Amino acid sequence: MASTQVNPTRMELTRLKKKLITAKRGHKLLKDKRDELMRQFLDLVRENKALREKVEKGIEQANKNFVMAKAGMEEQMVTASLLAPKQEVTLEVSKKNVMSVNLPVFDYQTRTSDNNDIYSYGFAFTSGDLDYAVKYLADILPDMLRLAECEKSCQLMANEIEKTRRRVNALEHIMIPQTQESIKYITMKLDENERSTQTRLMKVKDMMLKQAHNY
Amino acid sequence: MYKIAVVGDRDSIYGFAALGLDIYDITDEENIGKKFKSIADSKYSVIYITEELAAKLEKEIDSYKDAEIPAIIPIPGIKGNNGIGISNVKKFVEKAVGSDIIFND
Repeated sequence: MASTQVNPTRMELTRLKKKLITAKRGHKLLKDKRDELMRQFLDLVRENKALREKVEKGIEQANKNFVMAKAGMEEQMVTASLLAPKQEVTLEVSKKNVMSVNLPVFDYQTRTSDNNDIYSYGFAFTSGDLDYAVKYLADILPDMLRLAECEKSCQLMANEIEKTRRRVNALEHIMIPQTQESIKYITMKLDENERSTQTRLMKVKDMMLKQAHNY
Repeated sequence: MYKIAVVGDRDSIYGFAALGLDIYDITDEENIGKKFKSIADSKYSVIYITEELAAKLEKEIDSYKDAEIPAIIPIPGIKGNNGIGISNVKKFVEKAVGSDIIFND
């Protein structure tokens, strides 16, 4: 290995071998995590796409009706009609843990259970288009909330997938090959040392024998 | 306990008031970025923003991308759809998968 210098010692060899085992294990785990995240992400993103198309269509429809309503009534009347809403929506946020990514889950409650409380005005002086517009929005609201949940989850998961993929690649292409290379280098160096000691000993033995017995 | 906010120009969002969502028309504010941040940091967990305004506030919206809440969701305004919403989803796919495999039809 060229880039970093390692000490060719037995201690270093043991350390590197342990490191390699951990790296391989981590690599396997992260790869599994990435695959599972990807599977869930793709499901979620397909749902996200469908929801978005639906919501955009719904809002467009509602907006058309609002324009009609505005054309049919005085602007002040429209404003006044929607000035004091009877209904109120609150959200309860909980978390769902998917592969160590915390995804938000929204539960919504309306203040009153009566569906007709979305009409915060009397029907006598308002146009029917306004009723339709408000109705369209009310119908699309659950989908909008689901969209919010879905889109945020997709965003968080995309980040996590990117991070995990980088880690997997770093382990697979850098950490593990480098460690293997170091281990190989140390093993060869140690073997080489051993051989050189062996030959030296043999040589010394020869010399000593020669000196003692005059072979 | 959290609430839902809708941000954008008045004409696009006033209908949501009837459903009990909080509406904020900040298009005329001088410092829309600051105003938007103050809304995002308060009691809202979901903020719907018109695509037109979302295009202007890209930087501010981006700063919330790692947070679990608020979820900032672009919606089409009264002037129609400029495609930010769907292109965001595309971006997620590209980021996660590496290339766009959902929308290429």
